[in-house]
Amino acid sequence: MSVRVGVVVFPGSNCDKDTAWALERAGAEPVELWHESADLQDVAAIVLPGGFAYGDYLRAGAIARFSPVMRAVAGYAANAGLVLGICNGFQVLAEAGLLPGALLRNRSLRFVCRDVAIRAGPTDTPFSHLVPDGRVLRMPVAHGEGCYYADAATLDALERDGRVLFTYVDDAGQPAGILDRANPNGSVRAIAGVINAAGNVAGLMPHPERAADVLLGSDDGMLVLRSLVESAGARAGTIPSGAAG
Amino acid sequence: MNAEVIATRFRFAVNVLPKEGILDPQGRAVEQSLPHLGLAGIGEVRVGRRVELAVDAPDALAARVVVEALSRELLCNPLIEQYAIESLGAISAARTETGG
Repeated sequence: MSVRVGVVVFPGSNCDKDTAWALERAGAEPVELWHESADLQDVAAIVLPGGFAYGDYLRAGAIARFSPVMRAVAGYAANAGLVLGICNGFQVLAEAGLLPGALLRNRSLRFVCRDVAIRAGPTDTPFSHLVPDGRVLRMPVAHGEGCYYADAATLDALERDGRVLFTYVDDAGQPAGILDRANPNGSVRAIAGVINAAGNVAGLMPHPERAADVLLGSDDGMLVLRSLVESAGARAGTIPSGAAG
Repeated sequence: MNAEVIATRFRFAVNVLPKEGILDPQGRAVEQSLPHLGLAGIGEVRVGRRVELAVDAPDALAARVVVEALSRELLCNPLIEQYAIESLGAISAARTETGG
């Protein structure tokens, strides 16, 4: 029996099918979780996919936060359930207060859609334990509001506690400055993804599910998704079956 | 039968702006376009949003409490934005409704 991983579907989600497909390749049984339902269907992990939930009206993620499914997800996270937000999913988690910081409009004011290079900070998390230390991952970003912001004290705490899950890096493998092309949105301290203090909720702007096969240009995203599925399987007491990629 | 309805409809605007010191690329883009219009001497441009709404409440104070809560919870992300509530007046005092 493969591990069941939920994929939340909001009105305006547009990466839910891709995410489900990639999770299946990672050995999971994807389960769609409709935004109007608070029934999480006993999944062993939850992914909030990319898109434009509720049209991104007001602020990206602001309205999604109040949906029935998100109230359930907040409870799930509080009970140590694994939650990963990708792109718009990251914005939703930040708006919901489940992750620190906020995602501002890109410094360039442009929607940015291209491959970026990121490096994992901690590789002992449920979302990154299969990522080799120091390995630079290539995967696409596609967003208009991905400029990570938090106040200095929060940023210092994130760095000190090893909670900067992914950092945008330049060709030399160094964190990219806010005006560097390798930092696609101008994020402070080149932050591409963070993890919460309890270590069970994470978000990142790049799309691992769009880097799920070498035919797509990279399968580096599978390292993240397989980490999640394997962690979920360990928690659910089941072993992911047929892991590919 | 006639019933006296006590609630009054209070109108508000909530003006939301990026907090001081927070990156405001929209404001900067507007500012940078001004020289192209031949305009000089304009600065500190910031772009935010204005939300207008009406609240039925027994009095102005109760109405404002609702708008404050709504502003903090939804209209504004206090991490990156600030808001100011503007009163736009009340539409009607107690009115008589005919029902039955």
